[in-house]
Amino acid sequence: MPGLIFRRLLMVVPVLLGVSVIVFLVISLIPGDPARAILGTFATPENIADVTRQLGLDQPLPIQYVVWVSHLLHGDLGRSYILHKPVMDEIMARLFPTLLLAGAALVMASAGGILLGIVAAVRQNEWPDKLITISVLIGISTPSFWLGMLLILWFGVRLAWLPVGGMSEMFGGGGIGDIARHLLLPATTLAAVAGAVLVRLTRGAMLEVLRQDYVRTARAKGLTESRVIFVHAFRNALVGIIPVIGLQAGFVLGGAVYVETVFQWPGIGRMLVSAISTRDILLVQGGVLIVAAAYVLINLLTDLAQSLIDPRIRAS
Amino acid sequence: MSAPALNATMPARLSYPRDRPSAFARLTQNRMASFGLLLLSLIVVVVVAAPILPLAPPHVANVAQRLRPPLTPGHFLGTDQVGRDILSRLIWGTRLSLAVGVFAALIASLIGSAIGLLAAFRGGWIDTLLMRGIDMLMAFPYLLLALAIVAALGPGLVNAMIAITIVNVPFFARGVRGAALSIVRTDFMAAARLSGLSDARIVFWELLPNVMPGIVIGLSTTIGWMILETAGLSFLGLGAQPPQADLGGMLGEGRNLLQVAPHVATIPGLVILLLAIGINLIGDGLRDVLDPKLKSGGLARTHARTDAVSLEERSKGLPLPGAAARLPLAIRGLRTHFRIGRAIYAAVDGVDMAIAPGESVGIVGESGSGKTVTALSILGLVATPPGRIVGGEILHYGEELASATLSRLQEIRGRRIAYVFQDPQSTLNPLIRIGEQIAESIRRHQGKSAAEAMRLAVALLESVHIPDPEHKANAYPHELSGGQRQRVGIAIALANDPELIIADEPTTALDVTTQAQVLKLLNELRRERGAALLFISHDFGVIAAVCDRVHVMYGGRVVESGPVAEVLERPRHPYTQRLLACVPELGRRGRQVTPIPGLPPSTDALPPGCAFAPRCHRAAPRCSIGEITLDAVESDHYARCIRVNDA
Repeated sequence: MPGLIFRRLLMVVPVLLGVSVIVFLVISLIPGDPARAILGTFATPENIADVTRQLGLDQPLPIQYVVWVSHLLHGDLGRSYILHKPVMDEIMARLFPTLLLAGAALVMASAGGILLGIVAAVRQNEWPDKLITISVLIGISTPSFWLGMLLILWFGVRLAWLPVGGMSEMFGGGGIGDIARHLLLPATTLAAVAGAVLVRLTRGAMLEVLRQDYVRTARAKGLTESRVIFVHAFRNALVGIIPVIGLQAGFVLGGAVYVETVFQWPGIGRMLVSAISTRDILLVQGGVLIVAAAYVLINLLTDLAQSLIDPRIRAS
Repeated sequence: MSAPALNATMPARLSYPRDRPSAFARLTQNRMASFGLLLLSLIVVVVVAAPILPLAPPHVANVAQRLRPPLTPGHFLGTDQVGRDILSRLIWGTRLSLAVGVFAALIASLIGSAIGLLAAFRGGWIDTLLMRGIDMLMAFPYLLLALAIVAALGPGLVNAMIAITIVNVPFFARGVRGAALSIVRTDFMAAARLSGLSDARIVFWELLPNVMPGIVIGLSTTIGWMILETAGLSFLGLGAQPPQADLGGMLGEGRNLLQVAPHVATIPGLVILLLAIGINLIGDGLRDVLDPKLKSGGLARTHARTDAVSLEERSKGLPLPGAAARLPLAIRGLRTHFRIGRAIYAAVDGVDMAIAPGESVGIVGESGSGKTVTALSILGLVATPPGRIVGGEILHYGEELASATLSRLQEIRGRRIAYVFQDPQSTLNPLIRIGEQIAESIRRHQGKSAAEAMRLAVALLESVHIPDPEHKANAYPHELSGGQRQRVGIAIALANDPELIIADEPTTALDVTTQAQVLKLLNELRRERGAALLFISHDFGVIAAVCDRVHVMYGGRVVESGPVAEVLERPRHPYTQRLLACVPELGRRGRQVTPIPGLPPSTDALPPGCAFAPRCHRAAPRCSIGEITLDAVESDHYARCIRVNDA
């Protein structure tokens, strides 16, 4: 296993490099003068010349990239000219709320999705399956920003059970209970769509696995149906489900942008939206890079989790 | 001689290739897909007709009329914060969202498919380069990449569309490459290349039509996403810019009024939802129609046991039971049918068989003769759906198993009657250590502790001659050879000292030397423990080595049965005779091995009379009429043939 972890870690390096190249290239696609884009319309020619020199924008592209990466490795993503502070500081302050929100949503989506998927498969064509199938259809068709608003309207305004936003300071003294109450609605919103995808996948995977010969062997041994389903069938279905949980992590991290906006959650997503409208290019670049890196690492984890349950993957 | 009989059965067989309705017809047969089609058509008709509908101008503000609730006269859905008519804005907004979604999906599928086809067709470094690039794009959370692109290009509907298009290209590229690759590697592609067809011709005439279903399925799913994602960007203020508004933009504008006038935001969201539901329903329907894996009946959950009709109905017309109460197994008139589509396959159609304690009984026959289904029916292991026990009784010491409760059946499974399956590659759970796969059965039936059960499992591994059993108990199935896996299968069957072991072609997947070893082992262990054996094989030689009695099956019925030596020496049914003629014998020169002409019948269209008549060299016209019974030809030897005593 340590050898496997090391090999997988090595494989992550080129992916991270690729991600950094793409982030770098996308930003250099900016039409016109990036320095002007960064500084805004009211910049003086001197300011622009300054920034151009500071960022090395007068250098050829590959050199710019090398300089950028070497700064990156020192934890320097440049300065936000709008917020007047280092990009890294702003991102680090907002990374935890985003990961908390996305993590909670992913856990809710996985647990709920897998559970409902198993129920739907086991009770195929009966009313629980039909109910779940229709809910899934609605789930994957629902825009999360709209769902968030509906939840705010109902639970926040009509029933006034839960706060609908105002999580301005994660550690503002409210404690874990306060964070959890603020987290519930946005995490549910974010989990709904990802969970629906996982229900569908789990249902299909379980139906497929329940047809396999080894399930018949398990039944022939006289094992109870619950043991057949949860030990013999589910473990095999999980091998196919885990990578998709990894994919849903990407979906959840992206969807966090909407949910953070709707619920005014102090995360990277909301920061990115306002940074795009203020043309705070370096902040966008840093934010996208860090979240993408987090996604790559989450996928590394799901990879390892998959090989933990499937000995055939460990062997190869 | 056989010509008339052959002709008599032809029409039934010829009816096989049934007409398949067109893809579209099948799509409309799907209730959910039809609903989606209807929903989407309705929306499309309304938005296409938008310019000629009597709608208020969507962009004209009228502050005096602001924030009117729905159902206000003149404003069916009310007005927004500057007094614009919401219904009108909604229809124009839907028009925009739909157009953007469809257009972006088409462009993405076009670019993605082109990349995928190029990569698959060219292969080599082009493939590597393109796919690494695609991998990199897919390493991003998809929406985040779109945001980065919008950040670079600046907010606006066109830029949002470009961003959403770009992030969807990898999805198509990867899918199309995968599908195309499986075709590029086939023989007919190699033939097309060798025959000198131009590359363009191969790609557009051979490759593209084959990957088209995949592209269509992909499109149907992505259009939904793209509408949602573009709406999302507009919602964030990064897509459509005021006063122009798509559905997402309207939602975004309404967000700040959520508490004052919730209808401004909720109504556009509802339309997005309906639009997406319509598209997703069609997409699911299309996938069901076009995906070959789902075409063949779809995936049905297999039940814990085979369905059976009531015992009362099954035992109608059966003779009174004889000495069945003292036998570990007595099968009387067993009929197990499969219903697939409109056809019913009578896989087992009236089988009688009895096994005495310690006796070894064989069933021999070609594939499709019903021998495996007979064996699986005993403990209700035939997959339901589509299998169903529709007639006969299965008696275990007089206890009818097909009507026993599930929990009683589960007590018997593995404890009193155990199976050894064919193909140990697929019958052992790949994720569970083999020791545990044996031990769980011991724990289940003998209530032993985990440690004790594992100790017994190791002992069993030793008794089936697995070297280093303590160490091997921790191995996974893929770490064992085929012969070893089959020995594990035998160990599982022996785990609880059953009274009857049912072995279904346990040696077929093995090479000849291993076969002999496994057979010897199975035979020795069963004698040692005094278990009866039901042994299924297509190989008469193997049956002769292991069994006391043999039943020869053909077309779902026993056509001959008797003591093995007797049947071998004096086979009475022509089918048995032909089957024996197929067995090559070592050390006997000059003996000709003659295969049986023709194919076994499909059990959904069994000919009347003797099922073997169409292939039989001795068939007479009366062989194809009426019911032919299994009659005694000697004291303990039976054959189902009316010409058995004709010279």
